[in-house]
This record gives sequence, structure tokens and C-alpha cells, in this order.
Amino acid sequence: MTTTPESVAGANPRPYLEVKDLNIRFETDDGIVQAVSGSSFSLEKGKTLGIVGESGSGKSVTSLGVLGLHRTRSNAKVTGEIWLDGEELVTSTDEKVRLLRGGKMAMIFQDPLSAMHPYFTVGSQIVEAYRVHHPRASKKEARERAIDMLARVGIPQPERRFSDYAHQFSGGMRQRAMIAMALINDPQLLIADEPTTALDVTVQAQILDLIRDLQEEFGSAVIMITHDLGVVAELADDVLVMYGGKIIEKGNAVDVFQNPQHPYTWGLLGSMPRLDRAVRDRLTPVKGTPPSLINLPDGCAFHPRCPFAGRNGTRSFTEVPLLRDAEVGNGHMVACHLPKEDRTKIFQQEVLPNL
Amino acid sequence: MLAYLIRRLLNAVVTLLVVTLVTFGVFFLVPKATGSDPALLYIGKQADPVAVEGIRTKLGLNDPIIVQYGKFVKGIVAGRDYANGPDVTHCSAPCLGYTFKTNQEVWPILIKALPVTISLAIGAAVLWVLMGILFGVISALRRGSVWDRGVMTVALAGVSLPIYFTGLLALTIFVYGLDWLPNPEYTPFVDNPAKWFSGLILPWVTLAFLFAATYARLTRANMLETLGEDYIRTARAKGLRESTVIGKHGLRSGLTPLVTVFGLDLGALLGGAILTEAVFNLRGLGYWALNGIRTNDLPTILGVTLFAAFFIVIMNLIVDLLYGVIDPRVRLG
Repeated sequence: MTTTPESVAGANPRPYLEVKDLNIRFETDDGIVQAVSGSSFSLEKGKTLGIVGESGSGKSVTSLGVLGLHRTRSNAKVTGEIWLDGEELVTSTDEKVRLLRGGKMAMIFQDPLSAMHPYFTVGSQIVEAYRVHHPRASKKEARERAIDMLARVGIPQPERRFSDYAHQFSGGMRQRAMIAMALINDPQLLIADEPTTALDVTVQAQILDLIRDLQEEFGSAVIMITHDLGVVAELADDVLVMYGGKIIEKGNAVDVFQNPQHPYTWGLLGSMPRLDRAVRDRLTPVKGTPPSLINLPDGCAFHPRCPFAGRNGTRSFTEVPLLRDAEVGNGHMVACHLPKEDRTKIFQQEVLPNL
Repeated sequence: MLAYLIRRLLNAVVTLLVVTLVTFGVFFLVPKATGSDPALLYIGKQADPVAVEGIRTKLGLNDPIIVQYGKFVKGIVAGRDYANGPDVTHCSAPCLGYTFKTNQEVWPILIKALPVTISLAIGAAVLWVLMGILFGVISALRRGSVWDRGVMTVALAGVSLPIYFTGLLALTIFVYGLDWLPNPEYTPFVDNPAKWFSGLILPWVTLAFLFAATYARLTRANMLETLGEDYIRTARAKGLRESTVIGKHGLRSGLTPLVTVFGLDLGALLGGAILTEAVFNLRGLGYWALNGIRTNDLPTILGVTLFAAFFIVIMNLIVDLLYGVIDPRVRLG
């Protein structure tokens, strides 16, 4: 990857988190898995970035990359730049990144039952997270802090629940405990990887509310990874749509929802059930299956599933579209070969009436 | 918890009773079926028929089998008298009878053999657990490396090579060849700890090699599985040192399944490591088991079998109780 000197001497101060041309690939027995290619995005404190995409689109891998969790995998190769609060992480030492992990940046995982250790009490796991980053804190102090945090995320009787194991918690309470563990060191960057996927619908809303409240309280930057567009609409300021390891659409959340530019985003919106519309025959799913990251289709990775792929010649089949300005204003970007006029026309005439 | 414990203990007693019943049945019925007479085994083949009949009465061999069994169990619990009219021999509890060939009480022989077997088993267990876990963990962490392949190849050899081969090889090299170690023998620990150690080190290593191989493979597989778990990723995401991630979070769940295997292996060994004891000429339970089988000495065989069963049952119980402690998801009650 080439680093241009202007990025170092740039006039604007860096955003709190800035990811530039991030590439993550894994060398496996089956071949090289190009999990993330050329991702660039940034995020300010107090803002929420939604990353949307199907399983295997590279959204989780991106966030694990920010945390530096691929460093422990010998077959992973990460290139590009990740700037957190003025520090570059990809070229930092393991030890430096480890100290940021769980401290300045923390992560809430998807399935809290498997993400928590079955043999340690929930409380001791939170205490452990606190004491790594506060080595001078006494056990008692850490315990009080953990109980305080459990109370803050809305767990009743936190002193008692402190000594319980993960399997003794209900799903929602477990996710709350997971959040308490992530927030114990007041992280400035919080990454939530599908935090509501394993939960009941009623509990989902509570957890999202909780994350939003805590974000307001702590003023942290939040990355919300999800395949649930409803969650993004609820929380995100900006949205990235990922497909086949690449960002294919990027913009303000309202813009992306109201004026989506990529046929894949249209597909995602079309496959979302909605109650505020008349019941039609059926949802319109995105046809086909996500591509293999070992062997991406030539040209636009989405072309085999794109109903509009052949509309303007054969470029979609041969040439990889770059993420560029969608020409609809507000910094909205898209990676699609269709010219702006065609996108607008197709969306207005063919897609919108069916949403 | 207490109710559970009592239930398990009763269960253990019943299991042992069933074991005695089956063993008693097999070893006293089979000679009958094959036409060989326990009384003849005891007294020798060319004996005077009157003497044989006397022995038969004294050993109670004329009683129905169920009465014989009852007397046998009573002997263990309360002791028994072998009587042929005025000729009475008292065998105090716990009585496992007399050896046919040498006319010694079985119980004291086995009690004397027990420390040998326990020393052998415990020493080897310490070695194989340490080695197995160490090599297994390193292999798991360096998966696919030359080291991993090397360890796993040696482990495969360890699993495949029988103890009478490795044992004799070790004897030939280290005792008779290089003369580094004394000929293996048992000296009680309290008499001379250094001699106890030097006399047993070769049997320990040989026995441990066999088990360490299995444990290394098991540890490696468990660790690989554990290190792929989500909670290991969580531990790393918290910013824990890699040594804590592996040494605390990884080992805690990676080694838990080993407890079951270890309990059963140790239990089985405590009942006598027949091959090892034979190869190194150690007079433990295994030696007496082999001796009993070789000389068709039914009381000895019965006694050793009982001891072996006792250890298996006890270790099983301990493992089950331990699981309630080490795995919080298992609730006893």
C-alpha cells in the first residue's frame, strides 16, 4: 500500500477513527481469502457508524481488524492504515495495540453466551477487564466498579448477579453484562457486532436504547455492525454497505435510506419487512448467495445477483467498480457502473414502487 | 449435595457387590464347568481322596454356590472360620481367603503390594500429566509447525509401542547398557526416599511415556477447540496478555475434559499395572494378578479384581464430584 505524504502533512486534524485503504486477507488451505479490500472510512466521537451487509461481507472482519485481533492469527495479513486518536495501529507493536484494546476501544460481541467464559463468574470477567487497564486498582475497588457498571446497564441486584455465571443469566441480561464488560474502561470507541441478533425482539429495543444512552453519557464513537437495517435506521449517523469485502455504498444514514444508490442496497431495503405498507404478495429477496471471498466474481462482485448488471454494456462483468461520488450530494458514495441518471431512474421507476 | 453423596456412595457399594458376585461366579463356576476342582487346585492332584474331601468341607465347596458367596462376602466384612470338624482356621476381617499354592492370607499380600502399585501409578501420573499437557499445549499453539509434527509423531509412537517393548528397551539402554540407573526395585518411601525415587524412575518414565502420548494428543485437540471459542476472542478483546488468554482462559476449559480421562486412567492403574510391574519385576497388585492367573489361584485373582474394581469405582466417584466444582454448569443434587 502506498502512503501519500499529504496524508501525514494534511491540514485537517484527523477524525477520531480513520481507516484508510484497509486490506485484510487470510491464507487458508483453500486459497487466499480476501476478507476486506480497500476499505476507507472515518468516525468522530459521539457519532455512530452503521456497517451493513450479509454474513461474510467483511463487516465483522473489518471491526476485528480495527481492534487488532487478527494479530494473533498467523495466517492473517493486514495492510493499510488505522488511525485512532492520532495513533497509527497497523504498524504499532502488539503490546501497544493490546493496551488500547479493551481500554480506548472495546467491543460488544454477538452471542454473549458463547462470548463469555463458561467457567468464570460474570463479575470476575468484568473485574479482569478493569484490572488489565488499571493494574494499580485493588480487587475491592475493581469489584465495586464492576458492580456499579452492572447496575448502570440495568442489571437488577448487581451485587448478587456479580457472582453468577453467564449461563445463569437470561439472554438480555447476558448482553447487558457483556456491555458492562465492554464499557468498564470508558472506551472512546465502541464496536458492537450484531449486539441484538441473539435476543428477543422486545429485548432488542432495550439493548439498543441502552447503547444509545451510554453513548450519550460517555460521548464515545460507536460502530454498529448489523444485517438489520432497522437497527441502522434507529441509531446510525453514517452507513457503510459492504459486499464481498468491499464498501459499495457509503453516506449519511438518511440519504442511504431515502435515496439508496447501489442495486444491492435496493435489494436489502426490498427484503426488509415493513408494517407501514400494504401487505403485498411477498418480500423481494436479493437473489442468489453471497460470493466466495476466495474466488470473487470478475468485474463487479455483485453482478451475478444484480438485475441491472447488463444495462450499460459489459463493464459490470469485466471491470471492478470503484467507490466514487454518487453525484447526489452530501458526500454520498457508491461503487456501481450505472451512471447517476440510470440509477435515479431505475430507483424511482422500478425499485421504489415495490419497496 | 449430601443426599447426592450418600446416593453415590450407596451406588458404589452396590457396584462393588455386583463385581464380587460376577467375579466369584466366573472364577468358581468355570473350574466346575471345565471339570477342574478347586479343592484339587488347593491340595494338589495326587492327593488322598479323604484329604480332598476334608479340604472341600473346610473351604465350604460342598455348599450351594450362593451360600459360598454369602460366606465370602461375610469374610470380607466380618471375617470367617474355615472349619472341618475340630480343624478350625480363623481368618479375620477383611478376609479374602487363602492362596491355594502357598496357603497365605490374600488380604495381607495385597495390602503389602498396594504401596508399590500406588507409588508406581502416582509417580507416573505426575509425569505424564505434566509432559502431556506441556507438549499438547505447545503443539496446539504451534499448530502445523515442525515442532507440532514432531511431538505428534513421537506421541503416535508412544501410543502404539507396547510397554514390554519400551520397558525392555529402557532397561537395556539405561540399566544394563549405560549403567545410569540401578535395577528397578521398590523401596518404601519412608525407608529411603532417594532409593524409592531412583528405583522407580525408569518404570515411571516408561509408563508415563505411554500415557503422556495420549494426553498430549488430547490436550492438543482440546486446546485447539477451546482457542477457537468466542470467549477466547473476548479475552483478547479485553486487552489481556496472550499468556493470560492461553494460560488462564484457554487452559481452564481446555483441560477440564482431561479430568474424566485422568480419573479413569489412574483408577485403572491403581488396580495394578500388570505389564509394567511384570517388565520391571515390581511386586505390586499387577504382579499378583499375573501370578494368580498363571497359577490358577482363584482367591488371589478374586482379591485383585476386587481391589481394581474398588479403585475404578472410587475414582469415578471423585471425578463426578470434582466436576460439580470445576464446571459450574454441572449442578449436583
